[in-house]
Amino acid sequence: MTDKTLYTVTVYSENQVGLLNQISIIFTRRQLNIESLSVSASAIEGVHKFTITTYSDRETMKKLVKQIEKRIDVLRAFFYTDDEIVFQEVALYKVPTDKLLDDKHIEELVRKHNARILEVNRIYTVIEKSGHTDETQALFEELSRYEVMQFVRSGRIAITKSTVEHVSLFLQEQQYRQNQL
Amino acid sequence: MAKEKISGAEALIRALIAEHTEYIFGYPGGAIMPVFDVLYHYRDQISHILVRHEQGATHAAQGYARVSGKTGVVIVTSGPAATNIITGLSDAMMDSTPLIVITGQVGSSLLGSDAFQETDVVGITQPVTKWSYQIRSSEEIAWAVARAFYIAGNGRPGPVVLDIAKDAQTGLTEFGYRPCQFIRSYNPYPAIKAAEIEAAAQLINQAHKPFILAGQGVILAQAEAELAELAEKADIPVGCTLLGLSAMPTDHPLYKGMLGMHGSIASNIKTNECDLLIAIGMRFDDRVTGDVNRYARQARIIHIDIDPSEFNKNVKCDVSVLGDARAVLQALLPQVNPARHTEWLESFAACEEVERIKVIEPEIHPQKPLMNMGEVARKVSEATGNDSILVTDVGQNQMLSARYYRFKRPRSIVTSGGLGTMGFGLPAAIGAKIGCPDRTVCFFTGDGGLQMTIQELGTIMQYGIDVKIILLNNNFLGMVRQWQALFFDHRYSETPMLNPDFTQVAAAYGIAGERVTSRDELNNAISRMLAHHGAYLLDVQIDPDGMVFPMTPAGACVTDIMLNATEKY
Ligand SMILES: Cc1ncc(C[n+]2csc(CCOP(=O)(O)OP(=O)(O)O)c2C)c(N)n1
Ligand SMILES: [Mg+2]
Repeated sequence: MTDKTLYTVTVYSENQVGLLNQISIIFTRRQLNIESLSVSASAIEGVHKFTITTYSDRETMKKLVKQIEKRIDVLRAFFYTDDEIVFQEVALYKVPTDKLLDDKHIEELVRKHNARILEVNRIYTVIEKSGHTDETQALFEELSRYEVMQFVRSGRIAITKSTVEHVSLFLQEQQYRQNQL
Repeated sequence: MAKEKISGAEALIRALIAEHTEYIFGYPGGAIMPVFDVLYHYRDQISHILVRHEQGATHAAQGYARVSGKTGVVIVTSGPAATNIITGLSDAMMDSTPLIVITGQVGSSLLGSDAFQETDVVGITQPVTKWSYQIRSSEEIAWAVARAFYIAGNGRPGPVVLDIAKDAQTGLTEFGYRPCQFIRSYNPYPAIKAAEIEAAAQLINQAHKPFILAGQGVILAQAEAELAELAEKADIPVGCTLLGLSAMPTDHPLYKGMLGMHGSIASNIKTNECDLLIAIGMRFDDRVTGDVNRYARQARIIHIDIDPSEFNKNVKCDVSVLGDARAVLQALLPQVNPARHTEWLESFAACEEVERIKVIEPEIHPQKPLMNMGEVARKVSEATGNDSILVTDVGQNQMLSARYYRFKRPRSIVTSGGLGTMGFGLPAAIGAKIGCPDRTVCFFTGDGGLQMTIQELGTIMQYGIDVKIILLNNNFLGMVRQWQALFFDHRYSETPMLNPDFTQVAAAYGIAGERVTSRDELNNAISRMLAHHGAYLLDVQIDPDGMVFPMTPAGACVTDIMLNATEKY
């Protein structure tokens, strides 16, 4: 149980009510903590994509994705290590404007972290940064000296480096099967 | 001309009829009344069996499904009725039994408001169903029922819940029923891969000491003939899981007994001696494997199953073959070479001889006045020409009836394997008799389990259902007592039971019966029970010190077998 890796699970499903619950209980039953989760449309019309990260080992992940695929409305499920995907997160930081203005380094900070300022008013400033967790965390730590009033990081989103689109292939196979009927 | 519109409730019943549903097991209530009202009008086309508790409806539908191969249908109301079906759903999920359970639900405008008898049915049933869906408009009913039948009965079967809001039952809809033939996200019968078949055939052709483990998947796929053909062609001994019993006739020379904790000595010992295990439609439950780290480590393993999530779940396999057991075996058979494994097969005899002398003889021909469960089971089996359907409850009565019953044809055992549900048996026996009216149904139960669903005697009375109830009465929660005797230094914590006179209870329901206290009366009592037209309760007084052997303790190695309380194999 020691060598735990962060895995990214992607699940492609039909757009059915209650699927998130079905998927999350599969994690819970195996005592897997969901580190982050995001749900969105996919490139395929009508197909939803879940991106979930969790610390685990390869054997557990193999079983996990099969259990997920067993749910009727799930098309396919996969798991990846970080080197197999391009991934990103977005973080938002709300900081008191007066403290930012008092500091000479604010421009340097924004530039260095490749961050953006989304909104400024007399009370607060909202900064946005996208990147990997360690990067958004680094900015959080630097901003902490001005006091961070609110901080939020999105779930990971990921795209595979593979040159084969497995879900599209699956859908083609299914289409063929339907045509045979 | 505009199409005729009917209520959602009527659409439901018509959809069930379109799927050839003959029986519904159910219980009415507020949120499902529109459906029961329609049922009244269709009572000449579809029969409803009013059970006495919704749990009983689910188990009866399971019994019906298991013996007939059809999908069992249950209709109950919302709230407490829906929570009463959870045990049956879990049981059907574990034991791959096709069920459609329809629950009433409060009106859609009240959903989420903690309305009277509202329960989050989809939320609580999702983990124990193959599919669970809430219907909020009458338009969806035909689609959802069609999908439910497709999902429940195809691939690896399982339970499906349809939770129908009350306004979806009363709302009007056009009705046109089309059975479901395709779901984009679900392929119940994956195409068989030639490479997997070849790899499996190669292992079989190379094996010197092969052993087949047959599970319920063989029965569900109706692959019994192919199983026998494979075993005979390549001369391979066969062991069956509890749910796989009757997949091969008990007297087949290659049949080597039940697997697992209380299985035959030979099948467990040989699991750890064979050079190839061929697992067909079984899932390596821990009651079969014992300690997986010491399970068949010397053997190559072929795992044939229709559910890909079973591969490498509990036991790692060398070759997995995905597909319906029958289709896989048909593809495999031409590639399997005829073979003889005489020496290997003869080696089973030593184990069998030990089991006969140390376990079977003392169980069925005991040298003591008190009766054993095994001797009763064997006598009833023989008195029915070994051709009746065995339904069991859970506990010692289950294991000993499963061990000593004999089977001639498939679908002859109905038992709760994966969940081990006490109280399963009586309602399941009702369903089994309805599903197979031409066969004798013998239901073996314990004094504990019988009382968990004893109210179903009322159902037996109302519909005149002819089930033979053999109560193996030890006045104890026997299986728990056995563990207390073996592993808890005989501290019988909360296992003795003060029981009613069960024959009087039966008599109150108009069910004939008698109590048997001595061996001399047993044969005649069994004859009277079988000759009687209608249900019969045989209350057989059993030695409370009796135990089920052989036994591989939970978590031990399959070869770590107790022959009795003091001797090991
Ligand atoms: C619903 C349920 N509760 C508890 C158990 C645990 N349990 C397994 S066997 C058993 C004893 C059964 O006693 P009885 O029905 O008299 O059968 P016997 O073992 O004596 O044949 C118990 C309590 C169970 N399997 N199911
Ligand atoms: Mg008992």
